[in-house]
Amino acid sequence: MKFGIIQFPGSNCDFDCYYALKNIIKVPVEWIWHKQDNLNGFDCIVLPGGFTYGDYLRVGAIARYSPVMSALTNFSRAGGLVIGICNGFQVLTEAKLLPGTLTRNKCLHFICKQQTIRVEEIDTPFTIACKTRKVLQIPIAHGEGCYYTDKETLEHLEQNKQIIFRYCDADGKISDKANPNGSLNNIAGICNKERNVIGLMPHPERSIESCLGSDDGRLIFESIVNHLKVNCF
Amino acid sequence: MWSVEINIKLKKGVLDTQGKAIHNALLSLGFSSIKDVRIGKLIEIQLEGNSQDEVSKSVQDMCQKLLANPVIEDYSYKIEEQ
Repeated sequence: MKFGIIQFPGSNCDFDCYYALKNIIKVPVEWIWHKQDNLNGFDCIVLPGGFTYGDYLRVGAIARYSPVMSALTNFSRAGGLVIGICNGFQVLTEAKLLPGTLTRNKCLHFICKQQTIRVEEIDTPFTIACKTRKVLQIPIAHGEGCYYTDKETLEHLEQNKQIIFRYCDADGKISDKANPNGSLNNIAGICNKERNVIGLMPHPERSIESCLGSDDGRLIFESIVNHLKVNCF
Repeated sequence: MWSVEINIKLKKGVLDTQGKAIHNALLSLGFSSIKDVRIGKLIEIQLEGNSQDEVSKSVQDMCQKLLANPVIEDYSYKIEEQ
């Protein structure tokens, strides 16, 4: 089992992800420079948070054309697991590996705070260690996390159960008040139809040890490890 | 040599939070007649090409691949020969 973390110019949560996987989850993990053009030997690729290419033009728009991205497309088509966190989520939507887009927070502010999200679906490699409707406390830190897509795509996401996490209050209630950034249907994370690519705005690598205020982020990485243990060996 | 001016606008119906903030700022400056403000991007490109048709095709390709996001944005452009 081997994890890879893609480093784009401007990635800045790459070391947090590395620490979480190496020291807490204790799985083999390697760096992948964005100019690398093959992903052979990896089982799960992490696109970390940050501000790739300074967020110029649109968030994730330039990173989407890094050489590693065509390898990532092939990797995901072959069933490899891909998780995009925050800016990584934005890159995945720009690359059309996930539908929709992430736009400026409705309130216009950059938001950095602890956030509660509800696990909507547990039949994905990223949530199998969770219980349905479980409320996780995982921090968010973004200026452009407002999920938007057209009506038809949103209906497909709901029908196909591709909405994996929603912003909620501490009791798991979904409401406008619990929605920090104006995302449609309180979307905090979605997966593709094949369920092997996920993007989420909250940072599970920042809630990996209880000394950080929460270790709920572990559940997401542990889900991946549980899935790979069953499916890779 | 050709000069191209590309305008990128948010689609109608997509919430323009920046436009809203600027609208409010203009209202507070006393410009009370303002009904709506929308923010877009202007991109100027200089490029070589044999014909306007060739340049136009190339610009469309750039817009679709990188410069605009079809989920939320529309684009238009003007081409001038220099």
